[in-house]
Formats: sequence, C-alpha cells, structure tokens
Amino acid sequence: MSDPCCEAESPIRVVLAKLGLDGHDRGLKVVARTLRDAGMEVIYLGLRQSTDSIVAACEQEDADVIGLSMHNAGHLTLVPRMVQAVDQAGLDVPVVIGGIVPAHDVPTLIEFGAAAVIGPGASAEEVVSAVEAAVARPTAAR
Amino acid sequence: MSPNHIGELFEAALGGNRRALGKLLTMVEKQGSSAAMVSERAHRDAGQARVVGVTGAPGTGKSTITGQLAGASGASRPAILAIDPSSPLTGGAILGDRIRMDNHVGCGAFIRSMATRGHAGGLAVAVPDAVRVLDAAGCDPIIVETVGVGQVEVSIAAAADTTVVVVTPGWGDAVQANKAGLLEVADVFVVNKADRPDARGARRDLELMLDLGHRSRWRAPIVLTTATKAEGIDDLWAEIERHTAYLHDSGELIRRRGRRRRDEVADRIELELRDRVHQIVQGEPGEAALGRVDRNEISPAAAAELLLAALKPHNPPEG
Amino acid sequence: MVESLSGIPLDSFYGDELRPGEYPYTRGLYSTGYRSKLWTMRMFAGFGTATDTNGRFHALLRAGGTGLSTAFDMPTLMGRDSDHEWAIGEVGRAGVAVDTLADMEDLFAGIELDKVTTSMTINGPAAICMAMYIAVAEKSGVGRGDLGGTIQNDILKEYQAQKEYIFPPRPSVRLVTDLIRFTAAEMPRWHPVSISGYHIREAGSTAAQELAFTLANGFAYVEAAVAAGLDVDDFAPRLSFFFNAHSDFFEEIGKYRAARRIWATWMKNRYGATNPKSLMCRFHTQTAGVSLTAQQPENNIARVAIQALSAVLGGTQSLHTDSYDEALALPTEKAARIALRTQQIVAHETGAASVVDPLGGAPFVEWMTDEMERRAGEIFDHIDQLGHGSMLEGVYAGIEDGYFVGEIADAAYRFEREVNAGRRIIVGVNEFTEGDDEEANLLSIGHDTEELQLKRLAKVRNDRDGDAVNTALAALSTAAEQPDVNLMPPIIDAVRTYATEGEIVAALETVFGTYIETAVV
Repeated sequence: MSDPCCEAESPIRVVLAKLGLDGHDRGLKVVARTLRDAGMEVIYLGLRQSTDSIVAACEQEDADVIGLSMHNAGHLTLVPRMVQAVDQAGLDVPVVIGGIVPAHDVPTLIEFGAAAVIGPGASAEEVVSAVEAAVARPTAAR
Repeated sequence: MSPNHIGELFEAALGGNRRALGKLLTMVEKQGSSAAMVSERAHRDAGQARVVGVTGAPGTGKSTITGQLAGASGASRPAILAIDPSSPLTGGAILGDRIRMDNHVGCGAFIRSMATRGHAGGLAVAVPDAVRVLDAAGCDPIIVETVGVGQVEVSIAAAADTTVVVVTPGWGDAVQANKAGLLEVADVFVVNKADRPDARGARRDLELMLDLGHRSRWRAPIVLTTATKAEGIDDLWAEIERHTAYLHDSGELIRRRGRRRRDEVADRIELELRDRVHQIVQGEPGEAALGRVDRNEISPAAAAELLLAALKPHNPPEG
Repeated sequence: MVESLSGIPLDSFYGDELRPGEYPYTRGLYSTGYRSKLWTMRMFAGFGTATDTNGRFHALLRAGGTGLSTAFDMPTLMGRDSDHEWAIGEVGRAGVAVDTLADMEDLFAGIELDKVTTSMTINGPAAICMAMYIAVAEKSGVGRGDLGGTIQNDILKEYQAQKEYIFPPRPSVRLVTDLIRFTAAEMPRWHPVSISGYHIREAGSTAAQELAFTLANGFAYVEAAVAAGLDVDDFAPRLSFFFNAHSDFFEEIGKYRAARRIWATWMKNRYGATNPKSLMCRFHTQTAGVSLTAQQPENNIARVAIQALSAVLGGTQSLHTDSYDEALALPTEKAARIALRTQQIVAHETGAASVVDPLGGAPFVEWMTDEMERRAGEIFDHIDQLGHGSMLEGVYAGIEDGYFVGEIADAAYRFEREVNAGRRIIVGVNEFTEGDDEEANLLSIGHDTEELQLKRLAKVRNDRDGDAVNTALAALSTAAEQPDVNLMPPIIDAVRTYATEGEIVAALETVFGTYIETAVV
C-alpha cells in the first residue's frame, strides 16, 4: 500500500496496570479514559499484575510505554522491580508512575529509572503530556 | 524497514521471540509501506494454522472462553487476536480483553489486542495480514475474537475456518444475535453461563432456529459452557476439531479459504479505490468539477462521470 | 434539660407531622437521638504485627474504651499468606498481618473477649477470621455466644468497587449467608454483615448510586438468607450499614435520611419484616478519603469537619473521621488525634447533638431526601429487571455484565473532567493554589514487620501437626462441594489445626474457583 495517509504515526500504545494486591483502580480507570480521549490505545491490564505479566503484554502488544498506578505506599519496592524487569527483557519501554506518591520520593523513583511521576491531582493535560514526553512523540491526531 | 530486517524478525518470531512477532504485527497493523513486505513474506509460509473466529454480543463471556480455548487446544503456540472498536471521535481505544484471557491457567497464548482505528475497511485488510503473520510465525490455532455488534466485526470473525458464536441465556440475546446476522455465520454455537436456570431454554430456541434455517451438510452443534468455572470448554474444543475434520473431508476447507482470499483481494481493491476516490474528490479536479456542480453547470452525475476517468491510469480527467 | 450555648431550653425534636423514632424513620431511629447516646467515635487504625496491635488494644482498654477495631493488611484481606509472592512489601503495612490462629491469639492476648466488642474490617476471608476469633475466645474459656461485635463481610461491594474479592460472587455469597445463619443460631450479640457504600463512593459513584447500590446489596443479602431458610426477623435486626460522608453537605444529609426511609419501607412491604428492629437502617459513617487533597493538606481538616457534621445531622450511629494527611500516606499520630478532636468538637461544642434531625422539615432538605429516594428507586427498578424480580439475581447480573463498575467509572470520569475543565472548583487543586509549598511531615514504616511475620509464619508451619491440617482442609473442600452444608464449623475446625488463611482459601478455591473481573473501564 503506498497511500501516504496510511504512513502517519499510529496511536501511542500504553499498557496500564497495577502491581501487587492493592485494589484501588479509580485513578487507573480515569487515566485509561483520559489517554483514550487523547487518541491513544490503552491496553488495560488492571489489577493484580506481576512484572512478568506486564512485560509479556508489552512484548506481545508492542507497547510504547507502561503506566503503573501506585496507592499503598509500595512504590519504593515495586517501581525498581518493574524497571528492572523491563531492562532484563531488553525492552526499550519507559515506565510512567501515577497515583499516591509523596513528593519527596519522586527524585528517588526517577533515580530508580521511572520516566516520569504524575502526582495526585494532576490535570488531564499533565497526564497526556507526561506520557507523550516519555514516548518522545505526540500520539496520532485525528 | 529493510527486507533484511523483516527477514530477521520473521526468523526470530518463528523461534518464539514474542518481541519480534509483536513488531511484525505493528507493521501490518499500520498498513504502511513495510506492511506490504511483511505480508508478502508471511504469505509464503502461511496456510498451516487453524483459524477460529469467536464472536457474540458484549458481556457474553467471549474473552474468557477465547482464553480458555487457547488452553484447551493443547497446542504449544496458540495465538489470539482480540479486536475492539476505536473511539470514532478521538481514534483512541481501551483494549481490555487480555485480563480475561491471560489469567486462566494453561492459556499460554500470544495475545495481541487490535483497535479498529476508525476505518473499518482497513480492518478487513489488517486482520488477514495479522493472521498471516501469526501463521507464518508458527502459531496454531489462531483465534480471532470480535464483538458481534456491527456487520464488519461479524464478518471478520466469520472469515475463519471455524466460527464460534457465543450467546447467553435469555431471549434478548437470541434476538440480538439474529439481528446482527450472527446466526448465519455460526459453525458452532456456545450457550455460555449455562449455570443459569434458563440455559436449556436458550438451547431450545437455537435448535428451533436451526431447524428453520438449516441448509448445509453441517448442522452447527450447540455447546453449553460455564466459562467462569471453565466448564464445557473441552467439549467446545472437541466440536471445533470435529468441524475441522468436516472441513477437510468435505473439501469445504479449500472452498472457504479460496473464498476468503478472494474477499480479501476484493477488500484491498475496494480500500485502495476508496482512498483514491477520496483524493480525487478532495483534489484539484474534484474541486473544479464540484464548482461546476455548485454553479448548476453540470449535474452531480455528470461530475462523477467526469472524475471517474481519473481512476484510469494515464488518463487524467479534464477539468 | 438540654440548653443551647446561650441557655435556651431545647426539646429533643421539633415538628409534629413526622416524628423521629417512628416508621419509616426518615427523621431518625430514636426519638431522643444523641441525647441518650452519642454516636460511637470509632477510629479505624493499625499496622504492624499482632503483638504491636495487642499493645494498643490494652492501652485503649486501660483508657476506658470498650470497642476494638481491627484493620488487616492487604495480604490478609486478599486471603493470601505473608509469604505469598504478591505479599512482598505489603505485610503489616496497612493493618495487622494474620496468617494463622497463632496471630489471632497474639492479637487478643490478655483481653477478656466477653467484655469488649470487636469490629473486624474484612470481607473475602471474613468467615476465616470469624472462625479464628471464635477459636481464640473458646481457648480462653469464653463461649461464642458471649462474643459481641461486627464483621464487615460485605462481599458484593467488592466486585462493584473495592476489588478485594477471592471467589466468584455466588459461592462468596454462600459464605456470607453461612455466617449469617451461624450467628443467628449461635452468636446473638454478633453483627454478621456491615453493608458498605463507603467504598462504592470512594470508587467514584454519585451519592444516589452509593445509596442505591448499597441498599440493593442489602436486599440481596436478605433474599440470600431467606433462601437459605431463615426468617427475615431472625437476622435483619443485626444487619448494619456503612456510608460515606462526602463534601456536598445537603446531598449527604438527604442521602442518610432517604436510606432510613427506603430500608424501612422495603423491609416491611417487600420482605414482610415485622420486628421494628428489622426496619431500622443503622449505619456507621466515614468521611470521604477521596475528597482529601495532597495539595495544601491542612485544608482537609476543614473538609473533614464539614463532612462529619453532615453525618451527625444525618443521624449516624458511629463515625470515623479521616486524618488530613491521608492523601499522602498513612496518618501520623498527630493527624489522627486532630481527626478525633474534630468529632469531639462537633459532639460537644456545636449543639448538633442536642436536637434530633434539626434540619427535618426544611423544604430543601425534604426535597433532597425525596430526590435521593426517587433516583435510588430508578436504580432499584433496573436491578430488579436485571434479576427478573429478584434483587439478588439482579445484583449478580449487574456484577457479571459490568453494570456497577461501568456506572461508577462513568461517574468518576465525569467528575474528573469537570474538575479538569474548571467547572468544579477544588480549593488548592484547580483554584486558590498559592501556598502549596510546604512538605507535610509523613509517616513511613520500616520492613522489620515483614521479616518478623515471615519468621513467625515459618515457625507455626513447622510446629503444627501437618496431618491434622491436611485432614481438616480435605474435610472443608468436601463440605464446600455440598451447597447446603454450613461451612463455618469445618472452617473453625481447620483454623484450630493452625492451617493458614491462604491454605483455607486454597481449599475453597479448588471448589469455588477464583474470580477474575471483566475490564470495564
């Protein structure tokens, strides 16, 4: 097919998930819709995922970015594990963290390899631009 | 993307590298210039895998069944294509089927979620290409799951060797299934949520409809499942295998696949033509012709006749 | 004689048309309101090992308290042992870790369980924790009939909102019903279910949805217990509710008033209850954690105070007030104290407790009450239709087809968009944002608890009689296969062998299966 209209960038594909036992998914769902409404394709894994299941989804779905939601203060344990799992799989996929993360932990998470940390109360624009910045391209506009 | 690189990706995918397979699927999904090369390369090795379509109304438990089927097949490399609609307004999509498919013990499938990306016609091309890539990468069976609400979604699931239609107890579903043309495409019926009291009633309704409309040598069997408990899935897989055997023995497989390829070629031409029509109408000759229509100099029919000439190569239309 | 701050004598209520303490209880369950008994200031807290929490329980009892409230950690709430792969980083973090009877023995060591009431906030494995509590009591010579307290045990809202489920809905409701039957027969002082809208609201629902979904779940439990052979008046007096106190003051008050009226009329008319106690909607309230902001956290003190006042004016039986720093981390001791003081100020300084239903009769409040009832009625109609005339089947159907989670997700998204577009102002978040530069002093928890708990669990596993454990678990699986057998006795037998919570869950999972939710986003 040589049609130039089809050569356009395709939508950013985001894998959204929560690690571990925490069941708070309100924020994750709001982010899923926000990203969809910004034209992205959201592969929604939801609750109780493992680093392995997230990595497997990223490979099979050829995802551009991982969005991880945190709530129960497990971020200092879970974020480095996620980043490590992505690295070990040889994937070049940035990890964006959202949810309840105290401001003083943000530099630590960035040091651990998180591409961005989106705090509680972030606006839709902030969420979308953090994801776009992590992928380093805007999603295909329609 | 160079042909060499694509060849390497295929080598890796055939060896079980999920990342490589994921990348190849992205190329055909974009339907850009590398898609043609990937499709070409895949077509050489394709044709081995059984292709099963699964469709049904929302909330029938299709995704759970699809995941369990992959496990029940006992195959070493099953694959699933889960297709969901994109938002017509924003082009974005939420693809949430993996959760139901992946969490079941023994699934182990390669799962790829695909969004319709706004142009339903494109899907008619992208899905056969994706199936071809999975096939060439050694996946088998390949299960294509769609929501059976629109004609396009149904026809995608119907473009399989065996099409499974999932309904749940209750009249509403049966009527909806009928409306969407689901009943005609079914090779195997599933009444899911068979633990509900009215499941037998649903089966009776389906039997009745089959009695009324039954024509071919194959009468679609009806399997009762309770996907939440993984009950009836082995029976379902057995019926799919029985249908596979029927397809082989009757020669129907060759006819079906031939028809599928013919449809795909027609779809590709149609898509290409549609794009070109779009370009012509939006382009300079179109503007000129439409201007004449606006000034009441020619009729819309005459303008169309004039512009049609542009579709013929080396024969530019006169404005 | 109760007087106002300036010495004006006050009656216990005003208005003659509809009185508090009379059916349908819109204006309150009792004519004397908080004059005879203030609401219970129940502060839910706790983290660490069972021994840590036991120390706090003793301190509380020495200070004259009689009610113990137990928060469990995430692995315990999810029915997983502390050494499960998912448990890492969560053990003892948001509550106490309970793996075996040994932990429950530590938790209540030295406490006379017939002299206190205990509240246990747990759902999926509620039957197991209840069994452990009974086993601990009976080991210390206290009969199960003398135990008083509440266990949340509300599994339906887990599928709708909080997501701490283990088994699929139907076998889970069987466990709830088994506990209702068991307590109705043997534990007259125990409240076997606290039907909770709190988490539904926190997940993003509207006030009317919180009201309707919660009461619908209540009706579902009533139908399940009646189907199991109980008379409605045998158990309905021991049902209680748990609502959220959100920020829209009058909407919340209308919600509580409507809840009492709807429950009374449905219990009387649809379920044929005759005992007045079966008609009374008793409820606990907690202020809305989701309304707390991470920006300018001290502003949350004002939010909590106003929410608490709405719960009191709405006639709550007990109240938990959130700490201002909870949007950031677990509460510090100081923040928790301010939260309790807020309740005490409402109780003793504002006069809100002097007169029953002081806002009753105000046109807007009565209209809002009616409007809440009307909107809830529309939702009940839908659920009833889904269930072909059964609320229980309707709730199951709504869980299976994603109705509840879909409605909640829609409402949550609508709210976020309104905030985002500035159509709704959240002070300190999208308006009046200057001054958010101070870093609050936050609580952090170390990893020692996890290590201690893992050692404890390993020791219990090593010391117990393995054959007895296996026999008890096999007997439990067999019982689970028979729908009419009450599972409480075999679960009590199993916990007595020091089988772990995770092992008991696994024995049930082999029969019941594991629930996986449909992604409704």
